[in-house]
Amino acid sequence: MPGNGKFNLRRSASRRGVEESPFVKWTLIAIGLAFALVFLLLPLVSVFTEAFAKGFGYFFSALTTPDSLSAIRLTLLIAAISVPLNVVFGLAASWAIAKFEFRGKSVLITLIDLPFAVSPVVAGLVFVLLFGLQGYFGAWLDEHDIRIIFAVPGMVLATTFVTFPFVARELIPVMQATGSEQEQAALTLGASGWQTFWYVTLPSVKWGLLYGVILCNARAMGEFGAVYVVSAHIMGQTETMSLRVQSLYENPRGETAAFAVASLLAFLALLTLALKTFVEWQTQRNYDLAQQPVPELKSDTHA
Amino acid sequence: MSIELKNVSKQFGEVAAVNKVNFSVKEGELMALLGPSGGGKTTVLRMIAGLELPTDGDIFIRGERVNDIPVQKRNIGFVFQNYALFKNMTIFKNIAFGLKIKKWKRPAIEERVTELLKLLGLAGMEKRYPHQLSGGQRQRVAIARALAPKPSVLLLDEPFGAVDAKIRQELREWLVHLHHDLNVTTLFVTHDQEEAMEVSDRIVIFSKGNLEQIGSPRDVYEQPVNEFVARFIGVMNVLELEVRDGFGRLNELKFPVPENFAGEGLRIGFRPYAVQVSSDLARFEYRAKLSRTYFLGIMLRLELELASGLTVRSRMTKEEYAQLDLWDGREVSFQIRQYRILSRENAALTPELQTPYELPPSIAENI
Repeated sequence: MPGNGKFNLRRSASRRGVEESPFVKWTLIAIGLAFALVFLLLPLVSVFTEAFAKGFGYFFSALTTPDSLSAIRLTLLIAAISVPLNVVFGLAASWAIAKFEFRGKSVLITLIDLPFAVSPVVAGLVFVLLFGLQGYFGAWLDEHDIRIIFAVPGMVLATTFVTFPFVARELIPVMQATGSEQEQAALTLGASGWQTFWYVTLPSVKWGLLYGVILCNARAMGEFGAVYVVSAHIMGQTETMSLRVQSLYENPRGETAAFAVASLLAFLALLTLALKTFVEWQTQRNYDLAQQPVPELKSDTHA
Repeated sequence: MSIELKNVSKQFGEVAAVNKVNFSVKEGELMALLGPSGGGKTTVLRMIAGLELPTDGDIFIRGERVNDIPVQKRNIGFVFQNYALFKNMTIFKNIAFGLKIKKWKRPAIEERVTELLKLLGLAGMEKRYPHQLSGGQRQRVAIARALAPKPSVLLLDEPFGAVDAKIRQELREWLVHLHHDLNVTTLFVTHDQEEAMEVSDRIVIFSKGNLEQIGSPRDVYEQPVNEFVARFIGVMNVLELEVRDGFGRLNELKFPVPENFAGEGLRIGFRPYAVQVSSDLARFEYRAKLSRTYFLGIMLRLELELASGLTVRSRMTKEEYAQLDLWDGREVSFQIRQYRILSRENAALTPELQTPYELPPSIAENI
């Protein structure tokens, strides 16, 4: 608090009785920092140093080989399909859970969390079991010449499954907190269901939604396990960036190229973090605004 | 008739929230739906709005049966208990919302919103957001938003529940003035009998989903149809009497038993204002000690404790109190001027009975 220095000084001088000793405090901080340095920052730095080990020229040429470009395109394509799908699903599910009472609500909530609990590899295998040549729908799909497994559709399915919970999980608490009174108010003012959704519901959950989309997108672009199982990792065709990193790394001369692609993924992750922090800051600011005391007004009089 | 309900019922599962309710609201009337919480009054309001559908019965607005008309098409203005303002919109946009939906032209919207802002004392606040307003201002924005599309009826759910006592009083007076100026049919829900008495032309009293009585504030106070209404509106002393040798008795108190009364127990009720107190101990029949005085502004409430421990509540003005030279602990005499036989709940009440005592003049006659 500015202009209140004396008070602050006195407060910081007298330690509260329940506080730990400075030794414990600094030891804990040191452990936390050391872990973050060794396990989080160091790998990140090494990815970038390895990527640029052979200079900028090599970095760019590694990224711009046809196979790498195709991997980047495919990654963006998969994210561009599965994220909107999960936005639609997340909005629908969180709306249903927050605003209606129905049988099987708890089952739905549990199901939404399922992809978090299941190993991505198992998730991929499930799709192979369903749509693979020996799978339940395999023969029928083969007859009609539709390829899902070892092709892009299967990769989209697997990614959508794995990123399923992100949007819904973010939106459910926001929708529950907002309640349905504002929407009812819109209805009494003549708004249709669609207008209510567009003008009232969506604006009130927009930050939560954006937060969910960012997390969902980050996972969609970085997913490896599930996609690995359902793709045949054919270079230039069914290879995403994370698969490309692996195949390049297995090649003895591709190490630096692998790190170049990996650094691009890491860069996307950093971008996601920055966006996420910004959105969190926005949400917090909106919350603070709503909490702040009401300013006194001169014109607060009426006849 | 602006609003009419015919045999309207609402079931929530096994529970009957509203049970065969009939009443009508006249054009331009200001009416209160009063009752304890859980009495079904809010459900009635929401059914009129179309936010709930009746299980049975018909609802009419301006002569048109609206049961099958969705909430959007009923042309009602609804003010929610917590206002439900659109948090992400400015005050201007909040009030303009209904007009925008109804595809009003921009200049017409601006004119209407400006008019309402001025009428509701909100001029200069159009660019603010709801969180920047005080409770009373939010309330007025909610009313302005509901009034903007010129609804045929205005429905308010506990309109003064969420603001503090001082602003509540201000808002009550203000609602009466607003209603006087606009003359729009207004129906509001409240659990506060004082609020209902002060603000409305007529009151509908609910209890446990049943309509107990409809009438002017004076009617329901002076001629309650049953014990529930009698006890809910205002303060009432209720005594259980035992009938012995021609009188209903409780400790020192005795009341003549009405003609044709057969039974052993008798329940009576009387308003505090019907208890007359004198500092002259020989003046009235009963003796008591003034055990405690409550200051209620212009009026005082007195607790009289009889020798047997029975407590009777009385009421008088400050002037009377001063004239009688009373203080806590003083011995007084008192009599009960009027009382009422209370039958079992929901049964009709007989008119008030006068005690055979003389009636000295009182300056608090009609309070």
